[in-house]
Amino acid sequence: MGFFETVKEIFLQYYPLFWDGVQVTMLLALSGTILGLFIGLVVGALKAIKPEPRDSGLVKALKRIMGFILSVYIEFFRGTPMMVQAVFLFYGLKPYLGWSPMVAGVCIISVNTGAYMAEIIRSGIQSVDRGQIEGARSIGMTNVQTMFSIVLPQALRNAFPAVINEFVINIKDSSMLSVIMVADLFFQGNSAAGSLFKYTETFFIIALIYLCLTFITSRVLMYIEKRMNAPKKNNIVKAGEAA
Amino acid sequence: MSMLEVNNLKKVYVTHFGSNKVKALDNVTFNVDEGEFVAVMGESGSGKTTLLNILASLDKPTSGEVRLEGKNIAMLSESEISAFRRQNLGFVFQDFNLLDTFSIRDNIYLPLVLSGKKLDYMQKKLEPLAKMLGINDILDKFPYEVSGGQKQRAAVARAVITDPKLILADEPTGALDSRSADELLRLFNKINNQGQTILMVTHSTKAACSAKRVMFIKDGRVFHQIYRGENTYEEMYQKISQILTLLATGGDRDE
Repeated sequence: MGFFETVKEIFLQYYPLFWDGVQVTMLLALSGTILGLFIGLVVGALKAIKPEPRDSGLVKALKRIMGFILSVYIEFFRGTPMMVQAVFLFYGLKPYLGWSPMVAGVCIISVNTGAYMAEIIRSGIQSVDRGQIEGARSIGMTNVQTMFSIVLPQALRNAFPAVINEFVINIKDSSMLSVIMVADLFFQGNSAAGSLFKYTETFFIIALIYLCLTFITSRVLMYIEKRMNAPKKNNIVKAGEAA
Repeated sequence: MSMLEVNNLKKVYVTHFGSNKVKALDNVTFNVDEGEFVAVMGESGSGKTTLLNILASLDKPTSGEVRLEGKNIAMLSESEISAFRRQNLGFVFQDFNLLDTFSIRDNIYLPLVLSGKKLDYMQKKLEPLAKMLGINDILDKFPYEVSGGQKQRAAVARAVITDPKLILADEPTGALDSRSADELLRLFNKINNQGQTILMVTHSTKAACSAKRVMFIKDGRVFHQIYRGENTYEEMYQKISQILTLLATGGDRDE
């Protein structure tokens, strides 16, 4: 039997299994990116708060301590492989939380993505023109108002391509969570390949499926990005209420 | 009593480990009366920006006080400060600093929105202002869709719409071509004639000529000041140029 015939055979036999895997992979990637973005927004915004000349000594010290803790979080999760984090956290916390691999998987990918997102958001915030902040402060917006209604919206728009990228990366990197028995696409491929002992053919299929997922996702999100860049009217009254 | 009193203002910047102290302002004292139009000049590094930042309540002085209508700005807490700025100060920046996420109209409305004003009140305020500044046609555009001169006029509208006690302008003509700059200075004169107090920091002799008083800062001190008085524009230009030359060549305070 030729290569492609075997491929076809395997696909027909195992596609329900692969479909389950695709669902788990997409769930991991999507929830990881969304929760990670949320974590990143909070951490990135907090990291962008720098001690100001007007602050008192105590406030300055608190801001420095907070900055240090956030740096430790970011450095740890960016500086170690997610596979290691997964094993370490899953088995380390299992006695206390008793969590299932899936719950642990979502948590780990979210926290991991959060660290990357924090840096993305931080650089997005830094890319916002300093004058925007001055302008907002000069018309009497508070620090918090300036951050949420002026800086973050612009930072998010600037950071959107990088956020998309994180999502695509997560589709691929969620495969690492198979080390803690999360039944994602890679895990399902492995079980199919193991039972048939046909690794090349099976993973040819798996690779194609991953490629489809990432390709479609990035195209869809690129389209959204294009639409987002079209100027849009902001509702002033709403901005005022938020303030 | 003067509208703005600056008494013995000092600002010392300390580097990270406290080994190096830089005096940005050294005993600056001056008053601004209501309805005045004051230009502050000085070489770069003379402390102009530091002075403006302190007046704008963005920075705290090391010692000394700034009183706006008798109220000491340095004593305000962080929570009082934004409301204080909104109610009392109008800012015009070199780079306009209009907010890119809002249309010109919304930019001008924003200070009023922040103080919780009604829409028809805002419309009533904007109408004569837009006419005077000639920005009626661009109100619904976004800041990145209009020219520099138009942006600066919109920024002026944003600064004056709250009827601030004092307008602080930081090199307002710095990013404009000479025609737009002339136009802006005419505008400043116009609103000044309507009773608006203006304090403007500038490098441009031409811009300083349109002020009623010019103050020169050197090495963190008020070095000299001249009044427009009965001087013609040419005489004023001459005088300012002479003093600037003196500043650059290191003249003495008794000159």
